[in-house]
Amino acid sequence: MTTVTTLGPAGPAPGDVAERRADFPALDQQVHGKPLVYLDSAATTQKPRAVIDAISHFYERDNANVHRGVHALSERATKAFEGARATVARFLNADARDVIFVRGATEAVNLVAQTFGRQRVRAGDEIVVTTLEHHSNIVPWQLLAAAQGARVVAAPIDDAGDLDLGALSELLGPRVKLLAVTQVSNALGTVTPIEAVVALARSRGIPVLVDGAQGAPHLGVDVRALGADFYVFSGHKLYGPTGIGVLWARREHLEAMPPWQGGGDMIRSVTFEKSTWNDLPYKFEAGTPDIAGAVGLAAALDYVGAIGLPAIAAHEAAVLRAAEAALRSVPEVRLVGAPRRRAGVISFMVGDIHPHDLATIVDRQGVAIRAGHHCAQPLMQRYGLPATARASFALYSTLDDVEALVRALHAAIKVFA
Amino acid sequence: MSELTDLYQEVILDHGKRPRNFGPLDGATASAEGLNPLCGDHLVLQVKVAGGKVQEARFTGTGCAISRASASVMTGLVKGKTAAEVEAMFQVFHTLVTEGPGAHPDLEALGKLAVFGGVHEFPTRVKCASLAWHTLRSALQGGGTASTE
Ligand SMILES: Cc1ncc(COP(=O)(O)O)c(C=O)c1O
Repeated sequence: MTTVTTLGPAGPAPGDVAERRADFPALDQQVHGKPLVYLDSAATTQKPRAVIDAISHFYERDNANVHRGVHALSERATKAFEGARATVARFLNADARDVIFVRGATEAVNLVAQTFGRQRVRAGDEIVVTTLEHHSNIVPWQLLAAAQGARVVAAPIDDAGDLDLGALSELLGPRVKLLAVTQVSNALGTVTPIEAVVALARSRGIPVLVDGAQGAPHLGVDVRALGADFYVFSGHKLYGPTGIGVLWARREHLEAMPPWQGGGDMIRSVTFEKSTWNDLPYKFEAGTPDIAGAVGLAAALDYVGAIGLPAIAAHEAAVLRAAEAALRSVPEVRLVGAPRRRAGVISFMVGDIHPHDLATIVDRQGVAIRAGHHCAQPLMQRYGLPATARASFALYSTLDDVEALVRALHAAIKVFA
Repeated sequence: MSELTDLYQEVILDHGKRPRNFGPLDGATASAEGLNPLCGDHLVLQVKVAGGKVQEARFTGTGCAISRASASVMTGLVKGKTAAEVEAMFQVFHTLVTEGPGAHPDLEALGKLAVFGGVHEFPTRVKCASLAWHTLRSALQGGGTASTE
């Protein structure tokens, strides 16, 4: 599914994605005396000027609490916050009432586990995840399973890093109360066939949570077309600020789910005998939210929308192809996984150099890559590796970045020769 | 590149590639497991203590060059030492990797540990260098899991 998002009339001209690098102030710096080559966007993306400005602007002019004042600033802040929700809803092709602001993908998964999960999952039930999942889409389900006497079952992948759909289908039996699956693997870059997976689970009456933390920035989503039950993502991996993310869920679930946290904003009335819950989405937003974060996220989505996700995806695919070819041309490099479809990420090993040593050496060349288990230890175990090196790409990544990476790898190979 | 060559000195690269005292220890009297959650490093340290002294120390596991070299050098150095002497060596080592060789007026006293003098330039790698030591201390204190977190 490719969602064409066109948000906001103003902003950068579509098409020429590489030109957009200049919009990211943090990219224009030297580290260890070398120009920064930022290849860790899967951990968090850099932020365009438009996002930084939107946040400053909010604090400089509109700052007030939301939904509680009648004064001008409170009205403006509320408008900005609810406007941000509307922007997110457009990005997802959703109704704004079904868009819950949370801290990030992790909090969204925990919210679903502790509300929907506790209602639905009973002793002897199963929750199916996949070997590709980030810890944040595993551990909340383990906590739920432990509390309910249920079991977490992992669907396998093949050596290429693709989901084994046959095996998944066999696992989706009558005891399964939920399937939690990622749209894109943060460790291998695998794009899962998410439409087919969702359709399969739903045909058996199994609700599906889709982790869009890595998918949203590269592929986007149309939640109506996808037909999943829950979709979660983090703003900071999509050019927005940290501390803000989104849970989207089907209306019928949100209505049936109990509140998660109690406090201000989420109630309609409170007495010491009984409190009643506010309407959606406020029922799930207790306390003062990250208002500036939501404003920043909306600015990020506007920014992405103005360039166009298809243009971004095409640019990133070209850089990824070049990176894959360049890495394969280094004899010491071994790629981990060769998924049928890839987005954003390449994981690799260089000779018998430990990824941690590799990352230190290339960092001194100005090249920022990630080394470690990428919060996906079960996936690392699947490949028998304690860690991998990972280069990850975003709309501002260039072929020069790829060249700098390969040069830095050669320097590391020399140190360890 | 000079800081890099300070970190990855020949001795470290050599110990990282061909660690000494690597493999299980028969007749171990104590052991501990060390984990560095940041990078997934994992080592098991086994010691044989008799007559109040470390007779032998060996390790197994996976880790980066720095953590393997540190375990390799350390397991050699602690042979014949009492727990108190090991603790004193750890303190010297700890100051070296966090503050650098400048903090040791008497460079001679560092002995073989001096090769870790470049680590302090790389704050993210201090944990790699320290993992074996934390694990050894935990083994000498009765075992368990040491973590760099
Ligand atoms: C696939 C995936 N899911 C979930 C998360 C968790 O996101 P956050 O830490 O922003 O909550 C990440 C972040 O690394 C991720 O890559």
